[in-house]
Amino acid sequence: MAEEQSQISDLSFEQALRELEGVVRRLESGDVPLDESIDLYERGEQLRKACQKRLDAAQARIEKIVAGPDGKPAGTEPFDTGNAA
Amino acid sequence: MASHFPSEPEDAGLVAKGRSGDNAEPLTVSEISQALKRTVEDRFGFVRLRGELSGVKRAASGHMYCALKDEKAVLDGVMWRGNTQRLPFQPEDGLEVVASGKLTTYPGRSKYQIVIERMELAGEGALLALLEKTRARLAAEGLFASERKRALPFLPRTIGVVTSPTSAVIRDILHRLADRFPSRVIVWPVLVQGQGAAEQVAGAVRGFSAMPEHHPDRPDLVIVARGGGSIEDLWSFNEEVVVRAIADSAIPTISAVGHETDTTLADYAADRRAPTPTAAAEMAVPVRGELAAVLADYEARKKRAILRPVQLGRERLQARAERLPAREALLQPHAQALDELAERLRRGLRDRAAQGRERLSNLRLGPAVLERNLREAHRALAGQKLSPALVERPLAERRERLAALQRVMRSLDPDTVLARGYIRVTGPDGTTLTDRAAAAAQPSLTLKFRDGDLQVAPGETPPPSPPPQPSRAAPRRRVRDSGTAPAQDDLFG
Repeated sequence: MAEEQSQISDLSFEQALRELEGVVRRLESGDVPLDESIDLYERGEQLRKACQKRLDAAQARIEKIVAGPDGKPAGTEPFDTGNAA
Repeated sequence: MASHFPSEPEDAGLVAKGRSGDNAEPLTVSEISQALKRTVEDRFGFVRLRGELSGVKRAASGHMYCALKDEKAVLDGVMWRGNTQRLPFQPEDGLEVVASGKLTTYPGRSKYQIVIERMELAGEGALLALLEKTRARLAAEGLFASERKRALPFLPRTIGVVTSPTSAVIRDILHRLADRFPSRVIVWPVLVQGQGAAEQVAGAVRGFSAMPEHHPDRPDLVIVARGGGSIEDLWSFNEEVVVRAIADSAIPTISAVGHETDTTLADYAADRRAPTPTAAAEMAVPVRGELAAVLADYEARKKRAILRPVQLGRERLQARAERLPAREALLQPHAQALDELAERLRRGLRDRAAQGRERLSNLRLGPAVLERNLREAHRALAGQKLSPALVERPLAERRERLAALQRVMRSLDPDTVLARGYIRVTGPDGTTLTDRAAAAAQPSLTLKFRDGDLQVAPGETPPPSPPPQPSRAAPRRRVRDSGTAPAQDDLFG
């Protein structure tokens, strides 16, 4: 179980969403063996939660690169957009 | 040139010599070259001249050599390293340029040339020509090939924006991102116009690309953006260094430079070209609300769908369950067989036990055995016993035979017939006389009658009767019968 969770967290949102879509389609096709369909449902639920989490976590965070003396990025700092954002 | 010096009408002599009225010594080559150099440099200390570049060559030293030409003339030119670094464009053969600088001579080679300090393209047409040349060259390298285009991430975790931090562009992008899908944005502030802008833009693009794969600040999408402007304003985004940086970037890139009608080489090199910065933001992220709706739809469909196999399974189970034979029917034959076997088992056991018991009882040491044995022994003994019959029978037989013999003897007894009137005649000695002669010879005769003897004498007188003598053959009977014969002992008493 924990292994699968970590696998899902490795997925990008799109991968998770696409896999979820595949799960839904397979479930809808009705040709999945019952036992498997329950596993599939659980997997779909985990995928959905991961996607939902990603959507819920969406928040703007604006930073800008601070360059070091060598011109390479030394880090980031909040980006002041003035009246924007 | 000739006008500077008076003409010499005379024929040339074999040896140069001084002339009357002319004490000028001949000039050396160096002298004239120096004079020429001074004259040229004084007179043409600053010129702007327009011409077409040809034979452009960059030396390893960083100096650039070229020639400027028009239809009828050609003029060599050189641009020292310090100035080439400030060139706003990459000089190429065929470009129409306006070069500023001074003319100078090169006495060692009898040459003159222009030392170029600045060089600009000769008008917008030339700029477009340069753009086209650069585009064609980079296209030939395959930098713009469609195979190089990468798909943008569906939902970038971090978006890098390379643009001016002060322009409206960044605000447009951030606004649109906030509307669609609030995201993490890292701005890499750069100059987007003028001297050094191209290098800064290229440096930022390369800088994002060079971040380690799992660096928390590494964007998975880069937007290179600039607002609208003239072709010159946008020129930095046509610079090869920017184009190459974008083409080389490991991170998918959207270019959004100028307005919809402006197309820069950066646009060709990017994975996607957005007509405006706002459009770039729209390409960068999906709409969160739509995704949420899609997710909710999947959720609902999933919930509906999961019940279906259950229902389906239930129906199939039901269908099969109905076809299952009744449990009793399934078990009955076996139960029967079992019962039968059990019965046989019981019976077998019982029979076997009975058998065993019987054998045991047969085998058991009991008085019966002994008695039987005894009986048998008795029987055997009885069988073996000396029976009186053994003796009696022969005795009886013998008695029988004796009786038979007696009967025979009796039938043969000459006296037997006496009862019927016969008489037997015996001599004195008792012998039976059967003929007359013998009887006549006898002193006396004994006539044996049935009921006794009568002594007579042969002849005319009967002789005295002798004492009767018992016959040997039947003394007993005769004796007993007569009652006069000496008694004889019965042999068996």
